[in-house]
Amino acid sequence: RMANEVVLLETWASMYGIRVRIALAEKGVKYECKEENLRNKSSLLLQMNPIHKKIPVLIHNGKPICDSAIIVQYIDEVWSHKAPLMPSDPYERAQARFWVDYIDKKVYDTSRKMWLSTGEEHETWRKELISVFKQLEETLGDKPFYGGDTFGFVDVGLISFYSWFYSFEIYGNFKMEAECPKLVAWVKRCMQRETVSKNLPDEKEIYDHAEASKKALELK
Amino acid sequence: MASEHGEEVKVLGKWSSPFSNRVVLSLKLKGVAYKYSEEDFANKSDDLLKYNPIHKKVPVLIHKGNPLPESLVIVEYIDDTWTNNPLLPQDPYERALARFWSKTLDDKILPALWNACWSDEKGRDKAVEEALEALKILQEALKDKRFFGGETIGLVDIAANFIGYWVAILQEIAGLELLTIEKFPKLYKWSQEFVNHPVIKESLPPRDKLFAFFKASASK
Repeated sequence: RMANEVVLLETWASMYGIRVRIALAEKGVKYECKEENLRNKSSLLLQMNPIHKKIPVLIHNGKPICDSAIIVQYIDEVWSHKAPLMPSDPYERAQARFWVDYIDKKVYDTSRKMWLSTGEEHETWRKELISVFKQLEETLGDKPFYGGDTFGFVDVGLISFYSWFYSFEIYGNFKMEAECPKLVAWVKRCMQRETVSKNLPDEKEIYDHAEASKKALELK
Repeated sequence: MASEHGEEVKVLGKWSSPFSNRVVLSLKLKGVAYKYSEEDFANKSDDLLKYNPIHKKVPVLIHKGNPLPESLVIVEYIDDTWTNNPLLPQDPYERALARFWSKTLDDKILPALWNACWSDEKGRDKAVEEALEALKILQEALKDKRFFGGETIGLVDIAANFIGYWVAILQEIAGLELLTIEKFPKLYKWSQEFVNHPVIKESLPPRDKLFAFFKASASK
């Protein structure tokens, strides 16, 4: 029987890779992390994700799984003995998938459009980003976590963006605490988990990284 | 076969939409009785705005009064709730692959085919090249199986309904040869198996009507 070999291809700043790290930590799974340089993708990455050539990729006993939401569900199904991330009720499960899909469709793209635009266009995207977070706050409601009493799939899906909040606030000229206080309270609850706090990069390093990317894009 | 749960299942959909059709196919494959309500996009119903306030799109499934949008989320929910004729495999790795291909269909393959069929002269060559590349990777995923799901229709077959049925119509209108037996013999064979499957056959929108509908859009 083959040993349980788990390898994660990712980049330190990717919120999608962070989801996988948190999920693996929640399950207590040991893994090897390989940092990719997206400007010089490894032959392993190209072999394991030939279609999209993107990170994160989880390689379990030599077999690749791609797309962070799919990877987290896989981790939950394989290491089902501990810390269940998906709800047990089918409707709640479907809702959890819906909200992670919403996060995937809305947060990064909107923030990027805000980040790269100026004037009126920037204002539009800025308002849109704030409304996305307000929607996510509304969805949380009065529950301690999106998963209810326990930390779950949607919590993993969104907390992975936390290191980017600082950058969003600067580029969008708003304060998350003022716009979405309940969401900030939720963040604090999540940050009490070591699995989260140990796997999130420093927000200022993320900001420097964003600034560097922005300059690189502007120079093109 | 009567619905196991006996409660009302309602679908808000659009007859010409492959996304709505995915929901219909899934319910029919499971023998679940449902009520169908046609949405008119020019005049979005109160029901649609009530049940899908986030994206305001069809399809929406309403089960026991609980609404659920997003076709792939709905199909997984249907599979979770009505466990006969399973659409997803049991094995976690195979499940992850099925989810990956369904997502890749939505994110990459369908848009490539759609763009090619609606491309203007200027963008045509590049759009067609991308469409052919997309079909190539889909055919590679099929390998030598009868269906993507193996011997029976599965999640990926349902997600690929646009490829199996809509593409033939759209490419004819556009005067293009994308999915042909010469170019993609295995995928073409799959499309024939798909449209001739006894349940699928009676659940697809009528060809003439669909042809007329898209031809009218093409003339605008």
